[in-house]
Amino acid sequence: MALSGVEIFKLLPKTNCKKCGQATCLAFAMKLAQRQATLDLCPDVSEASKQILGDASAPPIRPITFGSGDKAVKMGEETVLFRHEKKFVNPCAFAVEVKDTLSEADIASFCDQVLNSEMDRVGQKLRIDSIAITNVSGDAGKLEAAAKTVAEKAPGVPVIISTTNPQAAEAAVKVFVGNKPVIYGANAGNLDTMAAVAKANSAILGIVASGLEELSALTEKAKAQGVEDIVMDSGARKAKEILEHNTLIRRAALKKSFKPLGYPTINFVQRECGMMEALVAGISVAKYASIVVLSSIEKWKNLALFTLRQNIFTDPQVPMQVEQKIYNIGEPKPDSPVLITTNFSLTYFIVSGEIESSRVPCRLAVIDAEGLSVLTAWAAGKFSAGKIAQFITESGIDKDISKKELVIPGYVAILSGAIEDKLPDWKITVGPREANALPTFLKSRAQ
Amino acid sequence: MSYVAPKETYSGTVYPVTIGTGGKSVTIGGENALQFHSFEGTMPNRPLVAYEIQDVPPEDWPENVKKVFDGVSDCPVKWAKYCQDELKARAIALRLIGTHPDREDRSAEDAAKTVRDVLAAIDVPLIIMGSNHAEKDASVLVAAAEAAKDRNCLIGKAQEANYKTIVAAAMANDHKLIALSELDINLSKQLNILITQMGFDKERIITDPMSSALGYGLEYSYSVTERIRLAALTQNDQIMQQPILCDIGMYVWKVKETHAAESDQPQWGPAEERGILWEAESATAMLMAGAEMLIMRHPKAVAAVEALIDELV
Repeated sequence: MALSGVEIFKLLPKTNCKKCGQATCLAFAMKLAQRQATLDLCPDVSEASKQILGDASAPPIRPITFGSGDKAVKMGEETVLFRHEKKFVNPCAFAVEVKDTLSEADIASFCDQVLNSEMDRVGQKLRIDSIAITNVSGDAGKLEAAAKTVAEKAPGVPVIISTTNPQAAEAAVKVFVGNKPVIYGANAGNLDTMAAVAKANSAILGIVASGLEELSALTEKAKAQGVEDIVMDSGARKAKEILEHNTLIRRAALKKSFKPLGYPTINFVQRECGMMEALVAGISVAKYASIVVLSSIEKWKNLALFTLRQNIFTDPQVPMQVEQKIYNIGEPKPDSPVLITTNFSLTYFIVSGEIESSRVPCRLAVIDAEGLSVLTAWAAGKFSAGKIAQFITESGIDKDISKKELVIPGYVAILSGAIEDKLPDWKITVGPREANALPTFLKSRAQ
Repeated sequence: MSYVAPKETYSGTVYPVTIGTGGKSVTIGGENALQFHSFEGTMPNRPLVAYEIQDVPPEDWPENVKKVFDGVSDCPVKWAKYCQDELKARAIALRLIGTHPDREDRSAEDAAKTVRDVLAAIDVPLIIMGSNHAEKDASVLVAAAEAAKDRNCLIGKAQEANYKTIVAAAMANDHKLIALSELDINLSKQLNILITQMGFDKERIITDPMSSALGYGLEYSYSVTERIRLAALTQNDQIMQQPILCDIGMYVWKVKETHAAESDQPQWGPAEERGILWEAESATAMLMAGAEMLIMRHPKAVAAVEALIDELV
């Protein structure tokens, strides 16, 4: 549980020495409580207080960086259970399993698929983030060989080494020194040796248990051995258990400040049926997993999962935006209609979708209105005659068209006169108020 | 430190609502915890997936979902029977889209006849929806409600602009009612208040906070749904304890990801699997948010979602 300012104050030297930059110890305590200052600014705090304050001020779910370099993935640090309260902080990582029983060529081609999985959606680059190399063979040499192939063919991709054999883990982890891999497979039987391997190689320890009670006991044991970075698998494999365990873990960490479960969670959702796998993975995405391990890479599955992750992890306070530009819908000719709207992603998706379903090729001018919808942007002065005229002029669209007519949303009909004044050689037409009337509007004009 | 499961106790319960008559009637809602949280509450009824059919052939549906109903979708009665008998639908959702003035502009009498014919052919519960043209729906749904008298259907959608006539028709003919508001918890609550002020029982309403497809505003529908459900359970807000409908199919099968050919979008993979998953994944997310009823189109998407529900209950 986070301490209040007064509770923190009691642990400070109460000298009001000002060395921390604050006028009084109480003021500094308040800053600490709000996480606007860090304890190291106080030179005189006692070791005992440091211990208490350090534990209390640590985030309830430990922040861990998985991998290194520009492909590293941040995990943990979550602060809420429901996304409308506050943004979910770190989008979960998707990992795909590669078995060490595959041939070197198969592993290499698999790595290619991972590297080529990246796609762009609403300006974000989305991809399979990680490779989970599993020791299906049971042979330490095979695991190490697979690890070497992955390191060579997919350099920089964060890796999970999955084995219950500490010797195999040790051999494979050496391939990724400095790259912060996960060594997954520590359990009640091998925890001590696995923890030692993880610690010696600065790896993240993946602990698997059956149930949350055993899981808590194992993470505490690992921590006592000096392992700080842990990812947790409660053993849940069925959708019902995944939902239950992930929910209880998140609640225990956030609402009860229960440190033994204050680590990122890993879910294994591999299924024979790709459709089913994608749906169970969807539950992990919505409900609190930090790493979701899949069995295969299929473009159709990736697209749906990447999009779901993007939706769930969007900041509810910041609207998604699309780039300001002229979008061609269908294959517009010089005399095709030109429409304008704002860059709120939902507005853009709905308007462009309706234009598409009309099958009338159009140019859609999307203006940067800081992600506001049409009426809100108009009210806030972000969708004004001046801004519209400036955007249309600077876009150079007049070079591509033969008919200078601009269709504006019906809700801002009031702007038509002012735009005509500013764009004297353009005809301004008031379109429908709602996007769903666009197909009828466009089709009737096309006739 | 030893682990104690941090279970919640909720002060509210979602109203159980039954639609249909006889042995095939279905009850949804009734839970006193978040959806599928049976580790801390009871969830007496499984979510319901209803198959969407239309009063006119689905010319506007993309090929990959339209072709599944080739040979039956030219007639709503055949289509309904196919869903009930072959696809084992637990409920059918008839959308009277052909009544829209910009579509076939079918009359209220035509719509009533379709409703009568479909009801004569099926014994699973029927959900009757207008074309979402507020003005036309008012007359169409009144006629449809009369035609469906005594079958305990779910009719709608009543919106702020037209709720009075639709509520009166649902009340006079003993139906349940869908209340549609646009992605806003306060508007949703306000509409429930207006409807109950007319004397309509709050326990006969199904809330539709408006759906959105994956990638096209799903996060808004998701959070509104979640917030309504939390208000019902944690604040015991009795005007927000209705089961939630997610009318997802019609939104999903409009978006590019469900119909673009692989030749146009090679990085998206095969269109058929992509479309089915898009519908099933959207539905999965909304089940997580708390929806108790889904209206869907593709049989394979429905089957996948039913299999997932099997694993969740």
